[in-house]
Amino acid sequence: MDPRAAIVDERLKGVARVVLVCSGKGGVGKSLVASLSSLLAAREGLRVGLLDIDFHGPSCHTILGASGVKPVEERGLTPPVVAGVKLMSLNFFAEGQPLPLRGEEVTDALLELLAVTIWGNLDVLFIDSPPGTGEEVLDTLRLTKRAEALVVTTPSRLSLATVSRLVKLLRELRTPVLGLVENFGYGSDAVRRSAEEWGVRYLGWLPYYPELEEVIGQPDKLVRTPVALHLREALRAAQLI
Amino acid sequence: MVHEWALAEAIVKRLEEVAREAPVSSAVIAVGELQGVDIEILTFALNELKKSTKLESSLLLIEKEPAELECSTCEYRWEFGSSGLSEEEREAIHYVPELAHAFIRCPRCGSPDFRIVRGRGVWIKDVKLGG
Repeated sequence: MDPRAAIVDERLKGVARVVLVCSGKGGVGKSLVASLSSLLAAREGLRVGLLDIDFHGPSCHTILGASGVKPVEERGLTPPVVAGVKLMSLNFFAEGQPLPLRGEEVTDALLELLAVTIWGNLDVLFIDSPPGTGEEVLDTLRLTKRAEALVVTTPSRLSLATVSRLVKLLRELRTPVLGLVENFGYGSDAVRRSAEEWGVRYLGWLPYYPELEEVIGQPDKLVRTPVALHLREALRAAQLI
Repeated sequence: MVHEWALAEAIVKRLEEVAREAPVSSAVIAVGELQGVDIEILTFALNELKKSTKLESSLLLIEKEPAELECSTCEYRWEFGSSGLSEEEREAIHYVPELAHAFIRCPRCGSPDFRIVRGRGVWIKDVKLGG
């Protein structure tokens, strides 16, 4: 009998909203949306947490510029606060080493993190998921029970085809979908039309901004980029801020 | 390391769920070697946390299980031990045992692709019901 699932509700009881940032497709900007959303929400005065469950390719710590910090052990693990955001990532411990986890181990690692992380009171906990609809996504929805999905896509047909399957899956799992965020937008209305077709809210688009790379790891500069300005509007449309 | 309290809390919570159906006379808590749980702290935490719950008079027994790993590349099996790991690495594995993949390699072929055959973490191995 696994005792860990029994404590997840208790660990999340002070968390008002759990938002899973997901896509199904890789490389569309999930980590950027999750990290930047956390920063923007924190700057609006919300109490924010960010959990990176992309165990094979964690990047939230890089985007937030977390260095020299670690979770503190105190009857569980208290995440460090980075730029106003409580951040939890396995990278604090693995420190750049590859983590070749297989299916059941992914579930175990996720369950362990949810069982021991002490989030305290949060207005919103963003969860950055890896590509695909495997254990990370399914177990997060199963274990948190009340996650809402913020879906990220690009205008590419390749991304939209995958996201369409994800949206169907979320429906079948009865997960509320907050809406669709279009990344690398260039003025095509493909995503807007897809959103309408799927009955999902189109929250807005984020421009391609080549200089973004230069401000990765610098939260103060990140929140002033055009990408952040557009994302703020999308988060408002989703009533997250 | 006081992360044992978080684990004890989960165990008590799960056993309380069982006790809502029928009284728990005893339970065996298996503790896998890999997670490096401090048995003394876990026992203390369990005894503290079960006070004023339905488990107050339940006997909670702890059983240690050695950890065994098996390489997925060459199928070599080996006992974990903790030799060769730094304090920091053992601490990481203590928090999340899957972090073993970041620090341990197959002693025969060097692969990080292995599975934990037994002795991973903490679970409730057996529950006896009755007054």
